[in-house]
Amino acid sequence: MALPQIKADATKDRLIGMAIPACGAWATTARQDALNRLIAMGLPHKRDEYWRYTDPALLVGTEVSPSDALRTDTPIFMDKDKVRLIFVDGVFDADASDDPTLEGVEITRLVDAQAADVHWAQGLYGQLETAGQNPVDRPLAIMNTAFATDGVCIHVTGKPSKPLHISYRQSSDASDVVLHHVVKLDAGTELTLLETGTPGARSNVVLEADVADNATLHHVRPQGRAHNRAVATHLFARVGTEATLKSFTLAMNGKMTRNEFVADIIGDDAVVHVGGVCVGDGKDFHHDDTVFITHDALNGESRQVFKKVLRNAATGVFQGKILVKAGAQKTDGYQISQSLLLDEDAQFLAKPELEIYADDVACSHGSTTGAIDETALFYLRSRGVPEQQATTLLTLAFLAEALDEIADEALAEELRDRLEGWLARHG
Amino acid sequence: MLEIKNLHVQLEEEDKQILKGVDLKIGAGEVHAIMGPNGSGKSTLSYVLSGKDGYEVTDGSATLEDVDLLDMDPEERAAAGLFLAFQYPVEIPGVGNMTFLRTAVNAQRKSRGEEEMSAGDFLKEVRARAKELKIDADMLKRPVNVGFSGGEKKRNEILQMAMLAPKMCVLDETDSGLDVDAMKLVSEGVNALRSEGRSFLVITHYQRLLDHIKPDVVHIMANGRIIKTGGPELALEVENNGYADILAEVS
Repeated sequence: MALPQIKADATKDRLIGMAIPACGAWATTARQDALNRLIAMGLPHKRDEYWRYTDPALLVGTEVSPSDALRTDTPIFMDKDKVRLIFVDGVFDADASDDPTLEGVEITRLVDAQAADVHWAQGLYGQLETAGQNPVDRPLAIMNTAFATDGVCIHVTGKPSKPLHISYRQSSDASDVVLHHVVKLDAGTELTLLETGTPGARSNVVLEADVADNATLHHVRPQGRAHNRAVATHLFARVGTEATLKSFTLAMNGKMTRNEFVADIIGDDAVVHVGGVCVGDGKDFHHDDTVFITHDALNGESRQVFKKVLRNAATGVFQGKILVKAGAQKTDGYQISQSLLLDEDAQFLAKPELEIYADDVACSHGSTTGAIDETALFYLRSRGVPEQQATTLLTLAFLAEALDEIADEALAEELRDRLEGWLARHG
Repeated sequence: MLEIKNLHVQLEEEDKQILKGVDLKIGAGEVHAIMGPNGSGKSTLSYVLSGKDGYEVTDGSATLEDVDLLDMDPEERAAAGLFLAFQYPVEIPGVGNMTFLRTAVNAQRKSRGEEEMSAGDFLKEVRARAKELKIDADMLKRPVNVGFSGGEKKRNEILQMAMLAPKMCVLDETDSGLDVDAMKLVSEGVNALRSEGRSFLVITHYQRLLDHIKPDVVHIMANGRIIKTGGPELALEVENNGYADILAEVS
C-alpha cells in the first residue's frame, strides 16, 4: 500500500472516539482547523523522511505503556524563588500551584482563555504552529492544537521579578497527556520560564512563543527522568527585532523523546540560542532533537549546541537546519551536534543541514561522534583520579559547551550536579 | 624506594620487545638520571612504571617501598606515591586546572584513608606553590594545559608534583621544549622538592638539565637495558663524546 494511504488509514483509526474539547467560538475554530489539517496531512510514519531516525509508533499509537515517573522524578530548582504552575497528570492543579499573581505577567489557564469568546491568545494559539508546518510537516503538533486539554497562556507585559515554573507531576503512571502553552512577550519585556518533570506516561506538549521587539525569553527545561516515558515536544517561536530567545533542554533517560524546536527570526538583530544535553543508558533510550531555525531578517544570530552521552545501545538523533532566506544578510548561524559514545553499542545519527539564499552570511555546522580521550583519561589516572571519576570529569567537560548556553549560573550548576550524579550512577 | 628487577616489556599490539631486562635500585632521597639514545626504552620505562595501557610485562618486577607496582591501576600507583612528569603534558579542554588539581589531591587522600583538603586550605597551598613556579592566577583558572606554552606546561607538571607530594618522581624529558630560563625555573622547582624521603628518576637526552638538577647516579640505557652506571661525570662524558664510545665499550 502506498504511504499516503497507510497514513490516512492509520490517522482515521487513531481519531476514532476522539473529540475536540468543548470551548468558545475562537478556540473551536482553531481546533477544527487543526483537525482538518491533521486529516489532510496524516500522522507521522517511520517511512516519512523527517522520521527516518525515530519511529513515531510510541508517540502516535493508541496504546500508552505506563511510566515510572512516580518513582524517578525528584524536585528540582527548589532553591529558586519562582511562581509554580503545577500540572498533575496533565491537569492544572490550582491548589498545589503558587498564587499566579506576579507583576509584569498575566497568567490564564488555557481552558479559561478558550472558554471566552475573545482572548489575546486567539492571535497565537495554533498560529505559530501553523506557520511552523512549512516547509516540514509536524503533524503531532497539529494533533496537539486540535486536542490539547489544558495548558497556560502567559502574557508578559513587564519584567517579572522571578521565573515562572511549569512543573509536571504524575499521580497515575498511565496518563496520556496533551498540553498546549502560549507565551506572548510584549516589546521590551523579559521572562524566564522553567519547565520540569514528566507530564504523563505519554505526553505531547506544544509551546508557542511570540517574542516581540527587544524582548527576552529564557527557557530552561529539565525533562523528567522516567525511563519508560514517551514525549513529543514542539517549541514554536517568532522572534522580533533585537529580541532574544534562549532555550535549553536536559534529558536524562526516556525511552522515546522527540524535541522539536522551530524558530522564525523575523526582526533584525535578533538572537536565538537553542541547546540541549541528553544522557542515555540502554537500548530503551531514544532521544531525538530536531531543530529548524529560519533567518528572515538582517544581522540575526543563531546557535544550536547539542551534546549527547550514550551507552549500552542507547540511540541519539540530531536533525538540525539553518534556513537563511534571501535578504537575510549578515546572518551568523552556528550549529554543533556532538556525541560521546561510552561504548561501541551506542549510536548517534545526525543530519545537519544548511540552506542559504543570501550571499553575505557566516554559517557553520559540525557534527562529531567520539569516545573518551584515552590520553586524557590516563593523565588524570596517573594523578590519582580513579577511572570512574576521571571518566565523569571528562564527560562533564564534553558537555560544558552546551551547559554554557544557560544564562542563569545557579540553574546551570544544578543541572550540572544532576548530570554528575547520573554519570556516577551509570559509570 | 624504587626497585626494578630484570624488567622485560613488550608492546601489546605487536611482538616487539622494548625493555630487555632492566635492573635499577633507587634509594630514599636519591636522584638518579637515565640517559640514552633515541629508542633505547627510556620513555617506555616511565610509562610502564606509571601504568599506561599498551605494554605487557613479560618478566621481572618493579616495587615502590616493597609494594608491587605492576599489579596496580595507575591511580593506585599515584596514591602509593609515584608521580610521572609527562614529556608531553596532556591538554584537557573543559576541565579547569584548579578543579583538576583539587580532584587529584583529594582522590589520593581519600584512597589513602586521609581526610580531604578543605577548599580554603587547598587554595592557600596552591597559590603559594604556584607563586614559587611563577604560575599566575589565570593559568590556574584555564582548562588543564590548554593554550599553555611548552614552558608553562612543564611548570604545571611541577606544580602538580608539589601539590601531590609524591615519594618517587619520574621526570620524562622534562627539559624538552624548554628555553634556558624555563629550564632554570623548572629545575629550581624540582630542587625545592628534594628531600630525604623523596627520590627522583630524571630521564633526559642532555647533560644540560643535570647541571641544574644534580644527580647522585647516572645510568646509560641502550637497547632496552641499562648498560652503564656511574656518577655525574658519566653525563659529562656523554655530552662530550656522545653514546658511540660507551656503546662500543659495552659490546
